[in-house]
Amino acid sequence: MSKRIDINNLNVYYSQFLAVEDVSLSIEPKAVTAFIGPSGCGKSTFLRTLNRMHEVIPGGRVEGEVLIDGVDLYGKDVDPVTVRRHVGMVFQRPNPFPTMSIAENVLAGYRLNNKRVSNSDAEDLVESSLRGANLWDEVKDRLNKPGSSLSGGQQQRLCIARAIAIKPDVLLMDEPCSALDPISTLAIEDLITDLKDQYTIVIVTHNMQQAARVSDTTAFFNIAGTGKPGKLIEMNDTTTMFSTPSEKATEDYISGRFG
Amino acid sequence: MTTTPSSTDSQSAGNDYGTHPGARANGIFKGLSTGAGVLILVTLAAVATFLLVEAWPAFVSSSEDLGQEVSFIKPEDGQSLMETIGFLVYGTVLMSVIALVIATPISIGIALFISHYAPRRLAQTLGYLIDLLAAVPSVVYGLWGVAVLVPFLNPFYQFLADYLGFIPLFAAPESGEIFTGRVAMSAGIVLAIMILPIITAITREVFLQTPVLHEEAALAMGATRWEMIRMAVFPFARSGMVGATMLGLGRALGETMAVLMIISPGLTLSPYILQPNQHNTVAGYIALQFPEANAMGVSSLVAMGLALFVITLLVNMLARWVVSRRSEYSGAN
Ligand SMILES: Nc1ncnc2c1ncn2[C@@H]1O[C@H](COP(=O)(O)OP(=O)(O)OP(=O)(O)O)[C@@H](O)[C@H]1O
Ligand SMILES: [Mg+2]
Repeated sequence: MSKRIDINNLNVYYSQFLAVEDVSLSIEPKAVTAFIGPSGCGKSTFLRTLNRMHEVIPGGRVEGEVLIDGVDLYGKDVDPVTVRRHVGMVFQRPNPFPTMSIAENVLAGYRLNNKRVSNSDAEDLVESSLRGANLWDEVKDRLNKPGSSLSGGQQQRLCIARAIAIKPDVLLMDEPCSALDPISTLAIEDLITDLKDQYTIVIVTHNMQQAARVSDTTAFFNIAGTGKPGKLIEMNDTTTMFSTPSEKATEDYISGRFG
Repeated sequence: MTTTPSSTDSQSAGNDYGTHPGARANGIFKGLSTGAGVLILVTLAAVATFLLVEAWPAFVSSSEDLGQEVSFIKPEDGQSLMETIGFLVYGTVLMSVIALVIATPISIGIALFISHYAPRRLAQTLGYLIDLLAAVPSVVYGLWGVAVLVPFLNPFYQFLADYLGFIPLFAAPESGEIFTGRVAMSAGIVLAIMILPIITAITREVFLQTPVLHEEAALAMGATRWEMIRMAVFPFARSGMVGATMLGLGRALGETMAVLMIISPGLTLSPYILQPNQHNTVAGYIALQFPEANAMGVSSLVAMGLALFVITLLVNMLARWVVSRRSEYSGAN
């Protein structure tokens, strides 16, 4: 299920603007990899290239390679739609479909691949996905209520349930907790720790403690100035990164002596 | 409003919270906008009163008297005032529904193409072109309908009648009559072209307002663009689409010139949209009869106008209501 990702010399552009320059790194399966760095350094941009979601933005394009278990995501016969069915994504702001019920939200992605789903299969999938997202107990009595009737933290876990319902190989999360309170944040961090048994997880965060708590590996991105491309500065074990980073810039950023 | 300082003295006396520089302009604007709102209500009431007062004589006089006095009311031929209104309302609604059935899917298709498929440059050009369609006067549509569209469509009608004639809707004219093309179907098609811009413009706006958040949610789980449209765009836009369709219907119901020029009129409740001399619209009929009408005739025509007014009002109110329900859907966050 979970797969490794190797990125080789990746440049990301918005039209002519080079947003991320020459990134090469490897993401291990069954582990959590965190991306940290100042605002605008291209973390989201880079993350989106891992499931080709940057192509949704007008002008978004890449040069270089992204290999998932050796298969180039940008190869000739690769369909971005299929890529996204294998590499799921959770966004900064919870975005359940407001007109769908909680259960339908969970099933939304699954239904794309399986036009006919028997009722019992659907119920099982809803339950297992919601359990997987630590949300089952809170919503099991109101599965037919709209997804937008939940609190922000619950909505975010619903989005995670929706993402894992299609059993992806990789789960990308772009600041999944930044709109949430500390308690919901902890709930999601616990969930991430549980999920890494099955998935390759990549998370973008502005919260150092969060990166330190949940991730096994941390990558630090930085930007030389506005209009300059973002670059990967350093990547290492999370414990090493936070205790003895090898780059001065990393140390400054982590200790808050930034900019 | 309650604490207007009575003199400069009371201002300097220490009340710092009395008035502010924008208060005056705000008051003026409030007055103007309230006035405009009231004016609209008064106009509407005046129109309704006019229609009622003018139509009253026709409504209260007996069917025979009316038949004697008004050349186009013929109770003995089954064309009393009420029956005529019935035929005309039926004809109006029939042609408007034909127009809607044709225009709605095309409009939604164009709007989706503009909002979600076309490259930006092309989308803009197409948007302008559609808006231009709305600027064509209806007389021009009528002329074009008669000169170009009807001759062009007539062979298709024959084809339709040959193969689908067993469906009453598409039944061929009685033997002896010929296909003229000046039928409800043609009028409906021209009406469809006329209401296309408004439906397209409104649905396009609604589609464009779909939250990117929801579109990306769909795309990120591997939806194709069409699946994304069904998951995120349509549910969000549903009531907007219904509202737009009904505004289009409102426009089609009141259209006069184009229909008048195209159709060979008749007064029946027949479903035969490929046969001439079957249908007419309220507006077309009024325009046709008005120049020759005597006092009682005018009163009868106003009664028909009242019927059209009521239907159009109902449709528009329904449209507004449906559109306003959107706020419930706009949903999360
Ligand atoms: N849709 C877009 N079109 C053009 N440029 C963009 C777009 N989105 C982002 N950029 C640019 O790309 C660069 C990287 O942005 P990105 O959003 O990836 O940064 P980030 O590291 O995720 O920042 P944050 O921490 O604030 O989320 C920025 O210079 C930004 O201005
Ligand atoms: Mg970001």
